Amino acid sequence: MTRKQQRALLLIGGLALLGIAAGLVLYALNDSIVFFYTPSEALARHVAEGQRFRLGGLVEKGSVRHDSNDAVTFTVTDRDRAMAVSYQGQLPDLFREGQGVVAEGRLGPGGVFQADSVLAKHDETYMPKEVADALKAKGVWKEGSTP
Amino acid sequence: MIAELGHLALVLALATALYQTSVPLYGASTGDLRLMQAAVPAALCQLALIAFAFAALTWSYVNSDFSLANVYANSHTAKPLIYKISGVWGNHEGSMLLWVLILALNGAAVALAGGNLPPGLKARVLAVQGSIGVAFLLFIIIASNPFDRLDPAPIEGRGLNPLLQDPALAFHPPFLYGGYVGLSVAFSFAVAALIEGKVDAAWARWVRPWTLAAWMFLTIGIAMGSWWAYYELGWGGFWFWDPVENASLMPWLAATALLHSAIVVEKRNALKIWTVLLAILAFSLSLVGTFLVRSGVLTSVHAFAVDPTRGVFILGILGFFIGGALALYAWRAGSLKPGGLFQPVSREGALVLNNVILGAAAAAVFIGTLYPLALEAVAGDKISVGPPYFNLTFVPLILPLLLLVPLGPLMPWKRSDLKGVTERLQAAAGIALLIGVATFAIRARGPWLAPFGIALGAWLIAGSFTDIVERCQLGRMPTTAALKRLAGLPGAAWGMALAHAGLGIVLIGIVGVTAWREERIMVMKPGDAVSLAGLDVTYVGATPFTGPNYTADRGRFVVRRDGQEITTLEPEKREFQPGRQVTSEVGLHQFLTGDLYIVMGEGRSGGGRSVRIYFNPLASLIWFGALVMFIGGAVSLTDRRYRIGAPRRRPRLAVKPAEQG
Repeated sequence: MTRKQQRALLLIGGLALLGIAAGLVLYALNDSIVFFYTPSEALARHVAEGQRFRLGGLVEKGSVRHDSNDAVTFTVTDRDRAMAVSYQGQLPDLFREGQGVVAEGRLGPGGVFQADSVLAKHDETYMPKEVADALKAKGVWKEGSTP
Repeated sequence: MIAELGHLALVLALATALYQTSVPLYGASTGDLRLMQAAVPAALCQLALIAFAFAALTWSYVNSDFSLANVYANSHTAKPLIYKISGVWGNHEGSMLLWVLILALNGAAVALAGGNLPPGLKARVLAVQGSIGVAFLLFIIIASNPFDRLDPAPIEGRGLNPLLQDPALAFHPPFLYGGYVGLSVAFSFAVAALIEGKVDAAWARWVRPWTLAAWMFLTIGIAMGSWWAYYELGWGGFWFWDPVENASLMPWLAATALLHSAIVVEKRNALKIWTVLLAILAFSLSLVGTFLVRSGVLTSVHAFAVDPTRGVFILGILGFFIGGALALYAWRAGSLKPGGLFQPVSREGALVLNNVILGAAAAAVFIGTLYPLALEAVAGDKISVGPPYFNLTFVPLILPLLLLVPLGPLMPWKRSDLKGVTERLQAAAGIALLIGVATFAIRARGPWLAPFGIALGAWLIAGSFTDIVERCQLGRMPTTAALKRLAGLPGAAWGMALAHAGLGIVLIGIVGVTAWREERIMVMKPGDAVSLAGLDVTYVGATPFTGPNYTADRGRFVVRRDGQEITTLEPEKREFQPGRQVTSEVGLHQFLTGDLYIVMGEGRSGGGRSVRIYFNPLASLIWFGALVMFIGGAVSLTDRRYRIGAPRRRPRLAVKPAEQG
């Protein structure tokens, strides 16, 4: 085997594998990315029932209701529009009324967001970054203030 | 006063680093030996100065000097001593200081251990190492000074994020940074080689142990981070494909590839150009990781820094080193002489395949991690790329590699035949098949693919030891002679077998948790019982409890099997005083077959409490496997070729005939 052949073989093999990898990446990106919306954005875009997305905003004060067995409903608001969320499972430690939250799931019948995961990851200002950015853009919340 | 001295030491270290960058480089280009040798004391001096600055910051933390803004923001008098110390690097400024400390440590180690390096190469390596120091010291002094004062000084600090107050996480950053920054040495060697226009076996023999050490630190650092996420975050998972985790996985993949390609350079003098590129890319990914975690562009508990000037500064450093090194590579790579030829089916070919797959996998992780950031910057859309993406890309890319791992080490250099290699692996394949079938038979549920995963793990473990078993001829020779041979095998052979087997152990753990986890989520009242995985768990109740800097509800769960009491688990719900942040302490019992894992939620009206109970089969194998990989690396480092005069180039001058008589 000459040097040229060796190089050609390496190149072809490498490119073939890279092609597979690129195909997988494109397919997966098409299939599995999830958009982030505030309630206003989700309603303005008329998100279809059953489409997966992440809903972010503040947990409306007084809206959290625990049902019998760990089912919970609450309302997520961006101080403009609001969306009802239902969730079956244990809420994270950092979940509190009046504070930021990100829920991932699908829009169910009746416009209720069926969450399958609820995140309340954030820094010491109790605000997930995406939620803070969205609220800042709407002028509802400023850096350093408590909503 | 101490803080001001620490600050002064940092400024002096910057001056030293500038000297270390310029003078030896000039000396190497003019052939002035004296100027070249100036790099050694400069590197040592830089280490001493940065170590002093680090000690000064640690002193301020231990003594709770809240006149320092950094200590005020991240410490508290009521915090236990270990977390006062770990608080030094549990924040942005301090962790950058730890970063440069480890960088200086690496530089000084090259200066001291590189006695037999050719002076020109050594001077250039230390100069490049110094230039990285210049960039990051500048960053610390200008944009993230840990010694900023507050006036008037507050009486009490704000405390460290309680999630970070944990032994595994206290030592996670030093290990992780040891890995990140350890790769800087391979980078410096690559850039120095490009300047010199020479890469040879001696070069590779130098690069490999440093890469191996960095890889070991990364492995343990990632394992610690994952262990922390497992039992401190209380979500029951061990890996979340969080950008911060990916930031450490990418350099690990690149370091793993580099580790393997450096063998080809060392043994066969081939793949030189590729290896140099890989060394540059590995450290570049470390820098990208540092940028991701430290610039605050991510939504994550790790992103303490929310200051755009810092992000731009780190991005500038990133652009300079990655861009500069790649430009130098494009310009100079042609001057490196290509090395030996090999057939596609050979040890070299196997290692190339390893590199290509690892590279593709790292690229998939890279795209999944950075695409959301790029899209947000360009289009303003916020998206998240989660586990489904990585399951669809990373997993199918890496699985064939796992299947092929046992084949590579059995292939001879230059040319090999698949038939001979597969024949030698028959025993290993038999064991794997047997274990797979057994798993299939005893599993009660779970995906049908899972037994294949277990068999693949067994194949990795059995295949890894095939070479060792053959080489000592166990069973064919008297046992004592065979054992003697076993002990006499080189460290590298043992190290490789252990590291590959560790990978198999990790895989079995991952398959176990993913396929057969049992989960119960419910509201429990005192006296309620639930059964899972053959265990009965009874909730006795919760009592209030006061810790050093928190108050807690401590639950009591009695675990029984067939009516026999086995253990009592006490998960906690803690509320930390400064900030009133709430965390969960997981109640964890490790059985041989898996982990019982209990997380307690909030109390409900009527004395109920929401509770999550998991049984994670084989979970502890994940971290045990990582430890085995680490030990494999350590054993490989003891190989005698790294100790005995090996990394020496042919002497240029003939030794003078003995004059003493």
